[in-house]
Amino acid sequence: MWEYTDKVMEHFRNPRNVGVIEDADAVGEVGSLSCGDALRLMLKLGPDGRIADAKFQTFGCASAIASSSALTELIKGKTLEEAAQVTNQDIADYLGGLPEQKMHCSVMGRDALLAAIENFKKGGAPVPRKDSRLVCACMGVTEKVIERAIRENRLKTVEEVTHYTKAGGGCGGCIPDIEAILKRVTAEMERAGATVPKNLTVFEKIQKIQETLDREIRPALRQDGGDIELLDIDGDRVIVSLRGTCSQCRLSTVTLKDVVQAKLREFVSPTLSVIEDGNRPVEEA
Amino acid sequence: MNEKPVIYLDNNATTRVAPEVRDAILPFFTDLYGNPSSIHSFGGQVKRHVDQARQELAALLGAQPDEVVFTAGGSESDNQAIRGVLEALGGKKRHLVTSRVEHPAVRSLGQHLSKIGYRVTEIGVDHDGALDMEELSAAIGDDTALVSIMWANNETGVLFPIEEIGALCRRRGVLFHTDAVQAVGKVPIDLSRLPVDLLSLSGHKLHAPKGIGALFIRRGTPVSPLIIGGHQERGRRAGTENVPGIVGLGVAARLARQNLAQEVRELSALRDRLEQGLLRGCRGARVNGKNRLPNTLNISFEYIEGESILLHLDEIGVAASSGSACTSGSLEPSHVLRAMGVPFTAAHGSIRFSLSRYNTRQEIDFVIEHMPRIVDKLRELSPFVPENNRQRQWQGSVGNPACAPGCGRCSSDH
Ligand SMILES: Cc1ncc(COP(=O)(O)O)c(C=O)c1O
Repeated sequence: MWEYTDKVMEHFRNPRNVGVIEDADAVGEVGSLSCGDALRLMLKLGPDGRIADAKFQTFGCASAIASSSALTELIKGKTLEEAAQVTNQDIADYLGGLPEQKMHCSVMGRDALLAAIENFKKGGAPVPRKDSRLVCACMGVTEKVIERAIRENRLKTVEEVTHYTKAGGGCGGCIPDIEAILKRVTAEMERAGATVPKNLTVFEKIQKIQETLDREIRPALRQDGGDIELLDIDGDRVIVSLRGTCSQCRLSTVTLKDVVQAKLREFVSPTLSVIEDGNRPVEEA
Repeated sequence: MNEKPVIYLDNNATTRVAPEVRDAILPFFTDLYGNPSSIHSFGGQVKRHVDQARQELAALLGAQPDEVVFTAGGSESDNQAIRGVLEALGGKKRHLVTSRVEHPAVRSLGQHLSKIGYRVTEIGVDHDGALDMEELSAAIGDDTALVSIMWANNETGVLFPIEEIGALCRRRGVLFHTDAVQAVGKVPIDLSRLPVDLLSLSGHKLHAPKGIGALFIRRGTPVSPLIIGGHQERGRRAGTENVPGIVGLGVAARLARQNLAQEVRELSALRDRLEQGLLRGCRGARVNGKNRLPNTLNISFEYIEGESILLHLDEIGVAASSGSACTSGSLEPSHVLRAMGVPFTAAHGSIRFSLSRYNTRQEIDFVIEHMPRIVDKLRELSPFVPENNRQRQWQGSVGNPACAPGCGRCSSDH
């Protein structure tokens, strides 16, 4: 028997926000029947750009249902930009914790949320997950999902990766592959961590931010015809400006927060926050 | 202690100790605590009780008392049988034939043996859970030391044709072991006329305590001991006897023998009532397995997940089990249901109800009454239920809701 918290059991018994939004602005679907759990998240945005309604349908165990319920509660009233900051750990924390082997339920919630945001950016088109290599065919888990779980939860072992993503939980054929991903990502994280001295001078900080933007951000932005420029830093506030098609994009703040800030926090300092310079206040997205 | 009254429908997992068994055991903790191997009469009197228990168990099986070796349970009996035979044959024959639906006590052992130089063949089953006899016949070769096929499946209750398998093994000159942990006490067994060389059983599945079991070893069968030490059990299983357990198993065997015919009738009537009631009352229900033990119902509820069903049942005091991935502690649904080719739409939502002589009609009717509500509640949540999907088809990450791309796990069924 699993040790579920009272909060998990309460959300399992009385899940919030079950159902369908017929004219949803964003839909995210992850998982499959064969894998034993699946979640469909539907979002409706208000005129202010905030999530006015969130509903879900879930196939899965008690912790999957509770995680879906918690997710909808956590994101309601948030902008997509703010919602994108909700991590799987936030979902688990909201529920007073999940058994280690059930963390994949919280990751499923996070994945559905990101899929929904992606779906919105693409104007409601279904989001094919072919954008990343399938690592675990048994459980349908891509490299991107594994890598994100490793980074966000600082996973160290294959077993942990399985608990968080289910990858490797089927025939086990992909375990060497997961080991290789773990090794690569851990090395990248260590390199990033090791090169950040405890107290960066402003100059060092600028340099590190520039390097990170060059390496992690620009190539992706330029693919879409955009660019990013570092304007200033003020303590932990990093002020940037977006160029080209990016600045026209209604969802530029999602790009900013979701990608730039995450990368800067990962590679430079976890306390940084990113602000866009310009006439348009960030919230207006 | 849990004060909630429980409707216990998980008797293939373990059973309540019969009150008669409990009463018979208690003196062996207080007054009759001697060692049966001792020379003094204080110990010697205990030996008589052990002998009597051996006779009771032999009578239930249609065996001779000296063919019964007490062990610490079903898993030990299975290990003793398989490893004991392989060792006794001196490593000359290195092939084991078993099935894809065995309990882990046999299946994991087979996987272990295949890593240390043995060849292991697992025979498949069909959609109803029936063993592929042709495949079995074809698998037996000159190198085959032992065929180990269970009598009744713990998850589905499906019975295998033991007499037919035994006869095949005799004809081909290979030894035959059967894991009868789920069969003993639930179906008539007469080893005096069955071609079975070794048979495993476990006390806690027939109202005796946990941690006691037995292995039937037909006279003349070559078996090396697994546990080596003192001369107990005529050198076939060392260690001071678990006297209370043995006495309890003896009484449980007597109760089973006396009540078997009546219990089979009553249990199958109750089980059929449950089965019909659930099939009639619940949407998307289908039974897994044909030709089953009288007490077992393995039923799937399509598009919903087993752990969620079990927890809702638990809330109303009903104890059952599931073959879903979430409950197995692994991420895969039951190997038994997958071997049968039960589609994923149903395998994750499988529930096993297993009854005993202590269940009542009222309890069964309570489950029949409450189950439809639980199923409906979970179906309402499910993105896969067709009527929830009028607006949109599932577009999820892996396309086909039934199966991930490149999935090599499932058998034919979708
Ligand atoms: C078919 C079968 N074999 C073996 C065992 C193992 O028995 P025990 O728990 O006594 O070791 C069980 C019990 O779960 C069983 O159902």
